[in-house]
Amino acid sequence: MLLMNILKNDRPGVWLLATLLVVSIVVPVLNLLVAESSIFHLSTYTVTLLGKYLTYALLALAADLVWGYLGILTLGHAAFFALGGYAMGMYLMRQIGERGVYGDPVLPDFMVFLNWQELPWFWFGFDQFWFAALMVMVVPGILAYVFGYLAFRSRVTGVYLSIITQAMTYALMLAFFRNEMGFGGNNGLTDFKDILGFDLRADSTRIALFLASAAALAIGYVLSRIIVSSRLGLASVAIRDAESRSRFCGYRVENIKLWVFVFSAIMAGVAGALYVPQVGIINPGEFSPLNSIELLIWVAIGGRGTLYGAVIGAMLVNYSKTYFTAALPEMWLYALGALFILVTLYLPKGIVGLRNMRREKT
Amino acid sequence: MSPFSIAALVKKPISLLLFLCIISIPAPQVMAEEIPGNNLLDDAWKTLSSKNYNNKAKALETIARQNPPQALAVMKAMLEGQLYYSKHNKALYFLQETGEHYTFSPVFYGEQISQKNRRGFKKVKVNNRLRSTIRQLLAVIQLKHKDADIRLAAAQELLKNPDLSASHLIEKAAKNETDSRVITTMRTLLAVIQIENGNETEQRSAIETLSQSLNSSAMNALRNYQAPTEALKNAALSAIKKINDKRDLYAKAETVFFGLSLGSVLALSAIGLAITFGVMGVINMAHGELMMIGAYTTYVVQLLMPNNIGASILVAIPAAFIVSGLVGVAIERSVIRHLYGRPLETLLATFGVSLVLQQMVRTIFSPLNRSVETPEWMSGAWQINEVLALTWNRLYIILFCLAVFAALIMVMKKTTLGLQVRAVSQNRTMARAMGVRSTWVDALTFGLGSGIAGLAGVALSLLTNVGPNLGQAYIIDSFMVVVFGGVGNLWGTLVAGMSLGVINKLIEPWAGAVLAKILVLIFIILFIQKRPKGLFPQRGRAAED
Repeated sequence: MLLMNILKNDRPGVWLLATLLVVSIVVPVLNLLVAESSIFHLSTYTVTLLGKYLTYALLALAADLVWGYLGILTLGHAAFFALGGYAMGMYLMRQIGERGVYGDPVLPDFMVFLNWQELPWFWFGFDQFWFAALMVMVVPGILAYVFGYLAFRSRVTGVYLSIITQAMTYALMLAFFRNEMGFGGNNGLTDFKDILGFDLRADSTRIALFLASAAALAIGYVLSRIIVSSRLGLASVAIRDAESRSRFCGYRVENIKLWVFVFSAIMAGVAGALYVPQVGIINPGEFSPLNSIELLIWVAIGGRGTLYGAVIGAMLVNYSKTYFTAALPEMWLYALGALFILVTLYLPKGIVGLRNMRREKT
Repeated sequence: MSPFSIAALVKKPISLLLFLCIISIPAPQVMAEEIPGNNLLDDAWKTLSSKNYNNKAKALETIARQNPPQALAVMKAMLEGQLYYSKHNKALYFLQETGEHYTFSPVFYGEQISQKNRRGFKKVKVNNRLRSTIRQLLAVIQLKHKDADIRLAAAQELLKNPDLSASHLIEKAAKNETDSRVITTMRTLLAVIQIENGNETEQRSAIETLSQSLNSSAMNALRNYQAPTEALKNAALSAIKKINDKRDLYAKAETVFFGLSLGSVLALSAIGLAITFGVMGVINMAHGELMMIGAYTTYVVQLLMPNNIGASILVAIPAAFIVSGLVGVAIERSVIRHLYGRPLETLLATFGVSLVLQQMVRTIFSPLNRSVETPEWMSGAWQINEVLALTWNRLYIILFCLAVFAALIMVMKKTTLGLQVRAVSQNRTMARAMGVRSTWVDALTFGLGSGIAGLAGVALSLLTNVGPNLGQAYIIDSFMVVVFGGVGNLWGTLVAGMSLGVINKLIEPWAGAVLAKILVLIFIILFIQKRPKGLFPQRGRAAED
C-alpha cells in the first residue's frame, strides 16, 4: 500500500521494479533448473556478470541522487564504493582462516608475507558478519559526513567541489597502494573462500548474491524515490537550481546537502560490498579517479535526475563494455570517449530524455 | 703456463700446436736496456714485473718521487689492468684492445706487437692495496699538472686517504698554486695531516682551517681527533658543530631547490590550465593529454634528428607548442564551443576527448613507454661546494618554467590578444558589443593554453618516460595547483605550484614520497574549506559566479 503510494506517479519506476522482480525469478530458474545442455540455460558466469551490473546500477543510482538532484558533480563516488568493498573484503579475508597459503589462523596471507606479528586494530571485529555489514555502511557514511560537513559548511561548490572530491579519491588510492596501510597494498584483498559459511564458488551462492544485489537495487531505488519525492528531495532540487535563493528562503542548505550526500555514500558502500564477493577481488585500482568519472557517464547516458535513467545507463554501458573489451579491445576507449562527447553534446538528458523529447514534439 | 713438460705436450697434440704457435710469434728483440735515469729507477721499473706487492709499492713510490715522463701513463695503465710485461724479457708493454686485436706497445723499448690473443705476455698484477697506493701516488704527481681541474681532482683524491709522507710535497705544491679552489682543498688536506701529526699550535690552526671546510674527510679527522688538552677538545667540538650547522643549511637549500624544481613542473603543467580553466572557465580534462602530445612531439622530433640530440630539444619546444595548440583549437571548435557556461558538462566531454586521445596515441605509438634522450648540455651538475650540487636539468626546468610564465604574462598584458582575452573573460556580451570576435578569441585562448600544455610536455619528457598515461598522472596535480592558487590568477598558479613543490619535498624526508603526496592532497582539501577561492581569490565583478 505504502509502496503503491510512493510509486503512484512513477510509471518507469514501476516498470523497473517489475523487471527486477521478473529477472530475479527467471535468472535462478534458468541457471539452476534448466539443464546445462539446453540453450535456455544461463551460465553462472552470466549470472555473476548480471549481479555485477546490478551493483553498478546501485552505484549509479547513488551518484544520480547527488548529481541529478543535488547538483554536486562528484568525481569521487567510486571511493565510497571501494570503501564498502574493502569492508566486505576484510570480512571475507578473515573467513579464509587457516586455508590461506601460509595457514595462519588469524593473519591474512599478505600480513604474514610482510612479517606482521599481530592483527592491526582496525581489522578487529571483521570476523563477524554483522560488524562487517555495519562497517560497509558506517565507513563510507562517516567519510562522506566529515568530507561533506567541511565542504558544504564552507560553501565549496561547483567545480571546486568536483576537484576536491577527485583529490579525495586520489589520496585514498595512493594511501591504499601503500603496504603499510594494512589493506594488502597493490594486490588488494583476494582469494576469498566463503561468505557466511557458503562456498563462494558454488552456483547457489552466486545466485543468492545476485538476488541480494537485485533486492538492494530495488530497496535503494524505493528509498531514493522516497527521498526525492519528499520535502527533502524538493528542497534539494531547489538547491540544485538556485543555491543562494534557497538559502535566503530559510533552508539549511548545508544540512540538506550533507544528509543526501551521506545517504548516497552509504548506498555506494553497499553496492561495493555486494560487488566484491561476486568479483572476488578488491584492490586500490577501484579508487582510481577514472572509475568515478566513468560512472558519471552511466548516469549521463541514462539520463540524470530521473533515478531509473541511472539504472538503465549503468546496465547499458557496462554491457557494451563487456562486449567491446572482448570483441574489439582497441575500440573500447574510442567508444567510451565518443560516448562522453556525443552524450554531453546531443543528449543532455540521456536516453530517458529521448523519449520525453519525442513526446514533446508530437 | 710456464712450467710444462714436453712429454705432456706430446701426449696432447692440441697443446703442442699451441706451443708451436707461441714460439712462432716474432719474439721482442732483446736489446741492451736503455732506460733513462739512474739505477734506482731501473730497479724500480724491473720490480714491477715481480710478484711481491710490497716491493711493487716501494718501487712505485720511487718512481713517483723521481717522476720520469712515463710514470703517469704506467700507473694509469696499472690501475686499468692494461700494463703487461713480456715473458720473454720482462720488458713492459701497454695493452690496447681494439675489437678482436690486442696491440702491445712498448713502454721503453721493443716493437709494437699486434696479435689475436695475449700469448707471450703477462699482466702486471695489482691488488686493492696497491691500487689505493697508486691512486695516491698518481694524485701527488697530478698535483703538478697544468690543468687546474686535474689538480683539484688530485687534491680531492688525496683527501680521501691523507698520508703524512706526502705532506711536504703538498706544501710545496700549495705554495705554487694559483687556483683558489685547489688552494682551499690543499689547505684542508694539510690540516687533516697536521691535526694528527702536528704539535699543539699546528693542531689549533688545523682545527681552525677544518672548521671552514665541508669535506667529509675533514669531518672525520675532527671526529677522530684525540685532543691533548681540554681547550683543543672544545675547539674541535665547536668546529664540528659549526660544520654541521653549515651542512644542515646547505641540505635545506638543496631540499628547497628540489622543491622548486618539482614546483616548476607542477606550475608548468598548471599554467596552461590556468588559462583554459582560470580565464575561460573551461574544465579541460584533456589537458594532461595535451601535455602527452607535447611529450610525444619531443620524441618524434628526436627520432627525426637522431644526430642532433642537443638541438632537438630546442626544435621540440616550438614544435610541441604548435602541435598541442592546434589540437587544442580543434577540440575547442568541435566540442567545447557548444558547452560554454556549462562547466560540468564540459568536464565530461573533455574527459571523453582525453580517452580518445590516449587511445589514439596507443594505436599510433604502441602502448609501450618511449624515452626521450637527455641532451648532453642538460646532464651533469653545478657543483657549488662540497655538499651542494644543483643538477643542470632541474635548474633548466626552473628557468624554462619562469621563461614560459614571463612570456605568458607578456602575452596577456601587452598584446591585443591578451587584452581581448581579458575582456571576453570579464564580460562576454560587452566585449562583443565593442567589436571583439569572441569566438575567435575563445579558440585562440584555448589554443594558447593547450600550447603551453605542450611546452610542459617537453619538460616532462625529459624527466619521465613518455607514455599514453603521462597526462593522467599530472592532471589531478595541475587542478590542485590551479585551485590552490585561485582560479583566474596566473601569479597565484605560479606561487601555488612552487609552494606545493617545496612543501612536498620538505615533508618527503620524514614521511616518504607517497605519504607526502597524500598529506599535500589532504592539506589542499582542508585549505579549500578555509579559503574556497584559493590563495589569491579574484575580487570585484569577476568574482561573481
